[in-house]
Amino acid sequence: MALDGFKEVRPPLSDADVESLKAGDRVRITGVLYTARDAAHGRLLPLMDAGKPLPIDVRGQIIYYTGPSPARPGHVVGSIGPTTGGRMDKFTPKLLALGLKGTIGKGVRSQPVKDALRKHKGVYFGAIGGAGAVLSAFVKKLEVVAYEDLGTEAIRRLEVEGFPAIVVNDCHGGDLYQDGMKQYARE
Amino acid sequence: MREIHASAVVDGVKKLCMEANYSIEADVLRAFDRALVAERSPAGKHVLQILKDNAELARTKKIPYCQDTGTVICFVELGQDVHVTGGGLADAINEGVRQGYTEGYLRASIVRSPFDRVNTGDNTPAVLHLEVVPGVAMKIQVIAKGGGCENRSKYKMLTPAEGVDGVKEWILECIKTAGPDACPPLIAGVGVGGNFEKAALLSKKALFRELGTPNPDPFVDAIEKDVLDRANRLGIGPQGYGGDTTAFGIHILTYPCHITSLPVAVTIECHAHRHKEVTL
Repeated sequence: MALDGFKEVRPPLSDADVESLKAGDRVRITGVLYTARDAAHGRLLPLMDAGKPLPIDVRGQIIYYTGPSPARPGHVVGSIGPTTGGRMDKFTPKLLALGLKGTIGKGVRSQPVKDALRKHKGVYFGAIGGAGAVLSAFVKKLEVVAYEDLGTEAIRRLEVEGFPAIVVNDCHGGDLYQDGMKQYARE
Repeated sequence: MREIHASAVVDGVKKLCMEANYSIEADVLRAFDRALVAERSPAGKHVLQILKDNAELARTKKIPYCQDTGTVICFVELGQDVHVTGGGLADAINEGVRQGYTEGYLRASIVRSPFDRVNTGDNTPAVLHLEVVPGVAMKIQVIAKGGGCENRSKYKMLTPAEGVDGVKEWILECIKTAGPDACPPLIAGVGVGGNFEKAALLSKKALFRELGTPNPDPFVDAIEKDVLDRANRLGIGPQGYGGDTTAFGIHILTYPCHITSLPVAVTIECHAHRHKEVTL
């Protein structure tokens, strides 16, 4: 744990790394993230169903649900905040079964995803939706690694330094959204 | 009769698209400041502060506030004594969107068909709503509308017997089900009355009212204030991490309707409320 109360997360992640994370933990991620959202997941699904290799090795890795805006000349990336994770619910349990360890997005995940996080030792992080300009500063390198024709929805390999996120769903059944709402609801 | 050249429309829309995405309007920034005072949750305060920093960074570095730079929704009030020359009005608006999004490093988020889902590459076409009004001016209002919150917008046909309470419950239900997905603090644009499509249109138009200002109709204003208070007691909070700031505002527009009907449309708007307007 760093002095500022953030936990350090450095992919690739092991089961033990994931088990140490609890809903509500603030983290800083350093290392590689892969971006993928609706269209890229749509292409991964038939490959997974056919048992074929994916264009990226997901074992131990973290997928960031985002479609960045274009970079200005001299910049690594434009705005790069999270998109709604729930739209990827259909795909996530299969990716977790293949060894994916984490996803980053915003918004509620389905019960099958939460169950798969428990079963396969995975974690769902929240990044601040709509803070794309702030988050762009943490991305140090970017390259497109698959499905370039999808434009913003292509799979990109990012190298990030200290990327801030919070644990929303841990592998123990913890859920920040439920806990937070319970704590602050006033009837 | 006054002539307005299409190129003025192109330039106007281009500028609105870029500025909307870089410079969050003062009414939204003031809503952040009010929420920072009222919010009890440390996580909620942290989110609000980062979003304020994000707005400042977006404005100064011309990086879009949110990577989802939106569908361009364009409301045009066209004076009936205006003659647009040098090309079609809709073409000019789309050319403005094309130039703004391409030259402004804004994301192309529109697919040409909901079925084949091939990206048009320049964020066109805009969704255009045209109204002819008396006069010789042309007012162009633009919202760069995020997809995540739009996905949580809903419509319900209530019965007249359900009345004011039914309308309030439905708006709250929409905010509750939008939850963390739609990037709270939210703004709910609400259209009550008219019919199916009129209510939906009003729910979008309602978003243009300045945040923090009262509804000009005291009866409707009381409804808005009650719903806002109850929304902020739900506990969802900034980003859904728990807190007191779930909504920044409830903006209602009404229209006469049929004796059988009580239509209510709710557009959910995220804190990235990017709205700009110009009068030519």
